[in-house]
Order: sequence, then C-alpha cells, then structure tokens
Amino acid sequence: MTNNTVSSTARVLGAGLRALLVLTLVCGVIYPLAVTGAAQALFSDQANGSETKDVNGQVVGSSLIGQRYDLPPKKGETSPTPDLRWFQPRPSNGLGTNSVNTQYSLLLSGATNRSGDNEELVQWVKDAKAAVVKDNSTATHKVNPADVPPDAVTSSGSGLDPHISPAYAELQAHRVAEKNGLDVKKVESLVADHTTDRLLGFMGEPRVNVLELNTALRDLTR
Amino acid sequence: MSPQAAGLLQLTALIAALALAYRPLGDYMAKVYSSEKNYAPEKWIYKVIGANPAAEMRWPAYLRAVLAFSAVSVLFLYLLQRIQGSLPGSLGFSSIDPDQAFNTAASFVANTNWQSYYGEQAMGHVVQTGGLAVQNFLSAAVGMAVAVALVRGFARSRTGELGNFWADLVRGTVRILVPISVIGAIVLVACGAIQNFSGIHQVGQFMGGTQEWNGGAVASQEAIKELGTNGGGYFNANSAHPFENPNPLSNLFEIFLILLIPFALTRTFGRMVGSLRQGYAILGAMAVIWIGFTALMMWTEFAHRGPAFEIAGGAMEGKETRFGIAGSSIFAVATTLTSTGAVNSFHSSYTGFGGGITMLGMQLGEIAPGGVGSGLYGMLIMAVIAVFLAGLMVGRTPEYLGKKIGTRQIKLAACYILVTPALVLGFTAVALALPTPADSMTNSGAHGFSEILYAYTSGANNNGSAFAGLNADTQWFNTTIGIAMLLGRFVPMVFVLALAGSLAEQKPVPETAGTLRTDKPLYAGLLVGTILIITGLTYFPALALGPLAEGLAS
Repeated sequence: MTNNTVSSTARVLGAGLRALLVLTLVCGVIYPLAVTGAAQALFSDQANGSETKDVNGQVVGSSLIGQRYDLPPKKGETSPTPDLRWFQPRPSNGLGTNSVNTQYSLLLSGATNRSGDNEELVQWVKDAKAAVVKDNSTATHKVNPADVPPDAVTSSGSGLDPHISPAYAELQAHRVAEKNGLDVKKVESLVADHTTDRLLGFMGEPRVNVLELNTALRDLTR
Repeated sequence: MSPQAAGLLQLTALIAALALAYRPLGDYMAKVYSSEKNYAPEKWIYKVIGANPAAEMRWPAYLRAVLAFSAVSVLFLYLLQRIQGSLPGSLGFSSIDPDQAFNTAASFVANTNWQSYYGEQAMGHVVQTGGLAVQNFLSAAVGMAVAVALVRGFARSRTGELGNFWADLVRGTVRILVPISVIGAIVLVACGAIQNFSGIHQVGQFMGGTQEWNGGAVASQEAIKELGTNGGGYFNANSAHPFENPNPLSNLFEIFLILLIPFALTRTFGRMVGSLRQGYAILGAMAVIWIGFTALMMWTEFAHRGPAFEIAGGAMEGKETRFGIAGSSIFAVATTLTSTGAVNSFHSSYTGFGGGITMLGMQLGEIAPGGVGSGLYGMLIMAVIAVFLAGLMVGRTPEYLGKKIGTRQIKLAACYILVTPALVLGFTAVALALPTPADSMTNSGAHGFSEILYAYTSGANNNGSAFAGLNADTQWFNTTIGIAMLLGRFVPMVFVLALAGSLAEQKPVPETAGTLRTDKPLYAGLLVGTILIITGLTYFPALALGPLAEGLAS
C-alpha cells in the first residue's frame, strides 16, 4: 500500500515536471520570441523605448520617461536646484534614484507610498507649493497659490512620469519666457502645441510631455 | 469635459468592450473545455507529459495532479532564482536570497505575484521571461482548470468524474491564454510598451550625460500579467511605469484584459450547465459589486479627503498624469476585485476610504469578477451559501442547479470561506504582536496598521498588490506571506474539488414549484447581500482600525 502511494506520487510528480518543462518551452521561449520578432518588425521604435531626438539628431531620452532638469550640483548641496530655464516636471521626492542594486545606476521606478495623513508628505506638499509659487512669480506676473495644480506638488506612481498637466505648464510659461528671453505669447503657443488632449475626447487626461516641450524650446532658442 | 464625466465615459467604454467579448469568448471557452479533439501540437505535449487527455479523473486524482504540478513549479522557480547568478542572460544580476526566492516562487505559482523584490534591479531576462512569465500563464490555467472541474461537478450526474487535469491545463494555456496574449502584447507594443532583449545600456539625456536602462520582454509579460490576473510587474512601479503602460489607451486595454476572462467565464459556466440564465445571474451579482465599487472609488478619490491631498488640491500622489484620478480609480478597483494586483497608481497614497475599498475588494474573496477561474469557483461557493441561507429561511432542503446542498456540501463551502480570513487575521495579529515586523512600516498609526493588514489580505487572497510603504523584504514577511499565499491558494482548491466530486456523484433533483429560482435577479440580489454580509462581519473590526479610522479622521 505505502509502496503504491509512493510510486504513484512519484509518477504524478514526474508528469508535473514534464508538463512544466514543455509548457515553459511554449510560454517562456516560443511566445516571447515570437512576440519580440513581431514587435521589432512592426513597431521597432516603440519596442525599443520610444527614443526621442532634438533637431541635431541627438538622442535626448525617451518620450515616455520623465527626466530631471536641474542645475549641476554645487558643493555641499543636499537637494538639487531646478534649472528654471526649463519646464519642470512633477516632484520626485527622492524617487528614481538607485538604492538597491548599486552595481548599476539603473533608473529605478516607484512611488513614495506616503498616506494622505503622513506628516512628511504634508510637509513635502507645502514646500513644493511654496517653491512653485516662488519660482514662477516674475516681476510682472504673480502666481496665486490657489492656481497651483495638484500634479505640481505631488510625485507620481512611477517616479518617472513624463507629463505634467496643461495647467502646470501654463503656470510655468511666464518664468520660462523670462529666463530664455522669449515672448510669453510664443512660449504659451509652444505649450499649446505640445498639449495632448484626451484620446477620442474621453480617454486619460490632458497633458504636456515635458521632454518634448523642453526639446522644442531649446531648438527655438539656439 | 470634466474629469468625472471622462471617467464615466471610460467606464462605459470598458463595459461595452467587455459586453462585446462576453458571448464569443464565453462560448469559445466552453467549447475548449468540452472538446474531444486534440490538435497536433497538443498531442505532442501530452506525449511528453505521458498523459491521456481523455482519461477521466475523480476529485482526489484531479487534486493530486494540481498539487503535484504546482509543487514542481514552486521548486523549479525557486531553483531558477537561486542559480540566477550563474545563468547567462541574467544582466549580471546575482542569485536571489533563499527567503525572497521562496516568497517569489510561492507568489507566482499561487497566481498572487506579490513582489518583495525590485523588478528592474533584481531579475534578469531568463528568470523574468522563462520563469516568472511562464507561471503567469500556468497559474492562471490551473485556476481555470479547477473552476471548470467545479462546473463539471454541477453539470454531471451519477459519475464523480471531473475531467482530465492535464488536458484542461494544456488547453487553457495554448487555446485561450497564449493566443489572446499574443494579440494583447502587440497592441501594448503599438502603444509604446517595450519588447526587446537588449542588455543594460546608456541613453542620452536632455541636460547631458546619460541614463541607464535595461531592456526586456515587457509587453509579452504585461499582456499575460493582466489577462491571467497575475499582476507581477516587470518594473518596480508595475503598470504605473510608462514602459509597461504607456498611455490612456493601453491603460483601458489592460483593465479590459484583467476583466475579460473572469466575466466571460460566467457565460462558459452557463453554457456548460445548460442554462445561460444561471450564468447571467452570477454575472449580474459580479457586475453590481464591480460597478458599485468603481463608483465609490471615483467618488472618494475625486473628493480627496486627507491633509496632504487637501493642501495639494487633489489626490494625485502616486498617480500618473496621463491616467488621472478616473483612470487610476477604475484600474485600482479592477485589480483588487480580481486576483490581479497589478497597479497603475499606488494604493498606499489613496484616500483613507479609497485604500479601504481596495482592501475590501480583496476581502470579498476576489469574486467580482475575481481571478481567472478562482473568481468563478469563489463565486459559486458563495452561491451555494446563498442557496443554503434561502433554504433556511423557507425551511426547505436547499438545491442549486439540480443538486442537493446537504451537510457535506455546506461543510466544504464553509471550510472554503474560513481559510482566507483565518490566514489574514491570524497573521496580521501575530505580526502586530511581535516586536520587529512593525519596523517595516513607512507610515504610522492607522495607516501603518493598514500596511500590514493589506499585506496579508493581498497574500492570502492571492492578489499581490501592496500598500507598498511596507518593507516586505524581511525574513519574517517573505516567509509568512509566502506561506499565506500557498495556503490561501491551494487549501481552498481542496474544498472546491471535494465539493465538485460530491456534486458530480449525485443524481439530479427534479425542479418543482418550490425550487428556489437561482436564475432570477432576486437571487442575484440575495447573492450580493450574502457576500457583503459574510465579508463585512468577518473583516469589519479590522477595517475599522485601519482604513475606516483613517478615512473618518480626515
């Protein structure tokens, strides 16, 4: 009896192992290779990361991955200072930096996971709001704190959000125009050109791709 | 258009797409699991396995095959991670530590996809594509097989035979999951998801210098991750990462993939038991809960109660601009009412009530519509309980689909619904009583408690999403959540298959004027009530300490 049970258990485990191996071949080898082949043939740009270039043909990143636009760090500086010539993305609150695998400096995605009643988050939001108001107020244009949109003071889910809301982009237009010596109208129309509406009028949210906007801005100024 | 109106239109479009796919897919799956034909590649697979697809199994044999296959899968995936450091194609990543490798292996085989590792920094191509993504297919196919076995239990009489596990496993994989995943993956690549095998490489940046990327078979893994209600992200940020979920269309499409099979299986069920209306009653109960939860979630997230959100003017922390509040809320509900656990926004940064809705969704047992397969069998267990309660009220022996629900059936159903709450509440209580597990919390107070409650809720219900502030990569959490995932997956399956066997042995009871009509809206309503009351009574005290306390304080 015991012998029978042992041998029948061994038999079914053996069948399980063979099933696993053959289905690994189907789902773990053939399937991904076939999809990769089709993807590379049909949509090679997207399949390889949607790299985006400036007028000189220089790769400036991926249109899907958000970047920081900061001044080179000064000695003794703990947090980077934003380069106000460029449109600024959403706050990152320390996200996007490599913390686990120090062998590489890979882009790391993730969120702060702070709750709405977390004191640290409350402070971050307050500080970010004050900074947005201060940075974007020019001699002729004062930013009203009530006009700062939520995406300007919160960090995203991936920490790599490539977009900001049109409201945040428009709010930055006066400052960007001043810092680059451009006409405000010109910068505002640049923002409008780079605003993507909801797909078919209802899918997703209106947004501005910061990398594409800054790239167009730089192409304009040089 | 206001964001609220756009959100309602997105929900409407989603419902329309699911409705269009419902009949053809549900009927097709019924055909797949009833077919006697084997295609040439399948015959070859059966030959390798050494199985006869036509050989019927009684429930103990079916269960043995499920458990043997899953045990081998856990071991294989564990070893694959343990030797990653010496495998080619691993991007130079080192082997995974034993406790984390156990946790991850248990997680992916149990269809949970809880992740205590950082995808982009820990797992190379071989483990991701040849190990983790494979279990995305196979754990889903196992879930569907068990569900179909239970449906056969209702559909068959005077036998006790439930079908052949190997045939159900192989057919579910090659005829259902693989074909839909191929199409899904191509759609995702077209939207911008990446699909390549490049190593770690540098890409230029706007401000000069470079950033470092790893490539990967992301779209192919993303498609089955949603379709198989798995949820394990290629990247740490999961479906919030632009390479996994690049735009609003891919976002809606991924939600569609999550809900596609679980809803359509109710049609398969109706077909196989010979009454489509029985399937519609189950579908109705699922849909009411799903739509109700989605509406509540949108309401609380748009209302953005909570100190930080009120200062910010919106609950956008942890949410992506392209999805906004609505696209994030719809995703969050779909992923927690199924066993998916993929996230496109971070639940820990939802409002207090919003976080509570995600937890309650899982605590309902993930049955509206639930995981692929597990949603249907979970719902059928609740249907049995509802019939029993109705029988008590009128003093008749309860029947469901022409089968008597006697002592044995009720005992099995009751055991089923006790397993997960016991795991969730037991482990949460122990974790809080011990001195060290609380060190893993990011937030304090009610939300800190929620982080731990969420972790065990997610593990034992095989969801896999997290209040990710919790540092779960500790020996305690890796081990206990690993155990919760395995027990939460396979112990209920024992009761499901035992129930299926006992039903298939019965002879059918003829329908009389006194038979409770289980294909009517009244019964669907009773079913919804049963689900909410049973879950509510079980989890209300715990929820009151966590999300309700947080929500009411703000």
